[in-house]
Amino acid sequence: MFKYLKQLTSLVAMVAVLFTFTTETMAAKKSKTLKNTQKKGFVRCGVSQGLPGFSNADAAGNWTGIDVDVCRAVAAAVLGDANKVKFTPLSAKERFTALTSGEIDILSRNTTWTLSRDADIGLTFVGVNFYDGQGFMVRKSSGITSTSQFKDGISACTNIGTTTELNMRDFFNSKGISYEPVAFEKADEVVAAYDAGRCDTYTTDKSGLAAQRTKMTNPDDHIVLPETVSKEPLGPVVRQGDSVWEDIVRWSLNAMIEAEEYGITSANADSMKTSDNPAVKRLVGAEGELGAAFGLDNEWSLRIIKQVGNYGESYKRNIADTGILPDRGPNELWTKGGILYVPPAR
Amino acid sequence: MNFKLQKIVPQLVTVLAVILVFGFFSYNAQVNMENRGIDFGYGFLSQESSFDVQFSLIEYDGSHSYFRAYLVGLLNTILVSVIGIIFATILGVIVGVARLSPNYLINKFAAFYVEFFRNIPLLLQIFFWYFAALRALPLPQDADAMFGVFFLTIKGFYVPAFVWENFNVFFYSIVAAIIAIVVIRIHARKVQENEGKQLPVLWISIGLIFILPLLSFVIGGVSLSFEIPKLKQLATTSFIYEGGVSLPPELIALTLSLALYTATFIAECVRAGIQGVGKGQKEAAASIGLNPNQVLKLVVMPQALRIIIPPTTNQYLNLTKNSSLAAAIAYPDLVLVFAGTALMQTGKAIEIVSITMLTYLSLSISISILMNWYNKRIAIKEK
Repeated sequence: MFKYLKQLTSLVAMVAVLFTFTTETMAAKKSKTLKNTQKKGFVRCGVSQGLPGFSNADAAGNWTGIDVDVCRAVAAAVLGDANKVKFTPLSAKERFTALTSGEIDILSRNTTWTLSRDADIGLTFVGVNFYDGQGFMVRKSSGITSTSQFKDGISACTNIGTTTELNMRDFFNSKGISYEPVAFEKADEVVAAYDAGRCDTYTTDKSGLAAQRTKMTNPDDHIVLPETVSKEPLGPVVRQGDSVWEDIVRWSLNAMIEAEEYGITSANADSMKTSDNPAVKRLVGAEGELGAAFGLDNEWSLRIIKQVGNYGESYKRNIADTGILPDRGPNELWTKGGILYVPPAR
Repeated sequence: MNFKLQKIVPQLVTVLAVILVFGFFSYNAQVNMENRGIDFGYGFLSQESSFDVQFSLIEYDGSHSYFRAYLVGLLNTILVSVIGIIFATILGVIVGVARLSPNYLINKFAAFYVEFFRNIPLLLQIFFWYFAALRALPLPQDADAMFGVFFLTIKGFYVPAFVWENFNVFFYSIVAAIIAIVVIRIHARKVQENEGKQLPVLWISIGLIFILPLLSFVIGGVSLSFEIPKLKQLATTSFIYEGGVSLPPELIALTLSLALYTATFIAECVRAGIQGVGKGQKEAAASIGLNPNQVLKLVVMPQALRIIIPPTTNQYLNLTKNSSLAAAIAYPDLVLVFAGTALMQTGKAIEIVSITMLTYLSLSISISILMNWYNKRIAIKEK
């Protein structure tokens, strides 16, 4: 019975393809996600349940953060309006299922790029918008200033369903320290339990520690230890199997980073159209036909820069000015001593 | 002939519809997973899990397999369910009886307890007991010892560990005591049926269960010592207790909230059961010369139990299923360990969720079968 069903569905699919062939552009035809997004009129974006600086909603329900800005950039490129985004807050546990099942089209939720996630579960990572690493937070009063002072029996609070749980084991095993992992489903409960004194240390990505520290009763009573125990490149993720959509998200992020490199900001983007530098002119759509490859117009990147800003503006607005991590560290451009380096948009 | 067809056709159609619906969904899932490059299979169960779990009844660490992690979660779920059911039953019976008390204070207090705890969502109660307890409990270094050996702190409840020598002799002595009690009870019943004499079975049983294990200490070479938890400093303001047994606060908070919540429903079942026994039954029993204890034991309770058991079974099932709320407060039960961490690390959503569902189904059905067997045992036996 299934054999015939398969034949029938492929027949229906073939007919459907023949019909769409005549009406859609090449790229839009290839990308179901792009077509659906344009039809719906908004980008479906999965974000965290509240991580200041990355994705956080204010009392009025407005989302801000550098992860949020990636989705806004895609909306500006594809739909012409950075506000046409529907945000879906997801727990660490739900995030990949929401993406693979088609509930969202971009997952921009401080997600670590690893081999098994990229290759195993039907996902594709498109880039890195924040270079992070796992760290530890302790109470100042404990007198601990380095992870080398950790002793047998230490209890560590963290989230489930993250790379943190695995790194924590690797770290404590390599040091030969026995520890008690206390893993919660939601970040707010981790903070509450650690704040109450349930755990001696709280471990997660350092950016997360810096952000969550602001939620403690007395943020000044806690310090983040200097050691970084893992590599955590965080970036947006899309479903496997739609390479045009994948390219759109990748280059929306890359455009923001390259715009900073060439000094194009939301304020001066329009005036840059007459720049002498061809690379700048390409990015603001005054030269070349870059958008055509995705089935977009030529001003896609100009809209991103004008509506969302370049990466530096996004970082300053969301992470530096909010006091989370004023120092950009590795997330500085390669030309300024950081490791942000993207392929050229040409 | 026609009549037979009328009976069979609707059933066939129903079966066909069920098969079609299941077939459609599994086919659909298969096609979608194929399209998205997701493999289906249970091979991951033998892979190394590489994550640790806070609290485990069997030996486990990240170098064991995902299947072992599943067992850890399952055992933790069973542990919290069993303890929860025991406490909920004890508390439920006490409160249920108290609600029928003629004493105004006891009666109203029990009623207040039932109305208060059954009308607040369980998840809120779990959060309350966990975070309220965390805020209220002292840090390890500030904890006062209870009886000199128990320490209730924010990091857990530390109790002395038993250090046994020749534990097997002690264990056999208890088994022997239980067998002896069963034999004596059977004998006592025969004596009563044949001669009408009542033997003091209760006192003999209590005596046996104490004397035999005691003998194992005196003659059997059994000895027992305690390992008392000792304070250990990790850093300037960071302490834990070493030695002894530590019960994590997550387990205590979860058991407490599950027991307090479910006990309200059991209390109502008990009250309904006792009130369901006709007044005439008690009066008749009293009139043939039974004392109040015997009235309760021989006439009221056997009839009340028939009313109490079926709805109480539901409450046991509810408690077991509600224990999955553990994930909210970091108690490593089946949902947190297997349907949480393991699912995230492997991405095998369909496989893991299906295993978890089947596990809860089997747990519930086991409780159901056990309770139905007990219910049948105490049901009226028509002669």
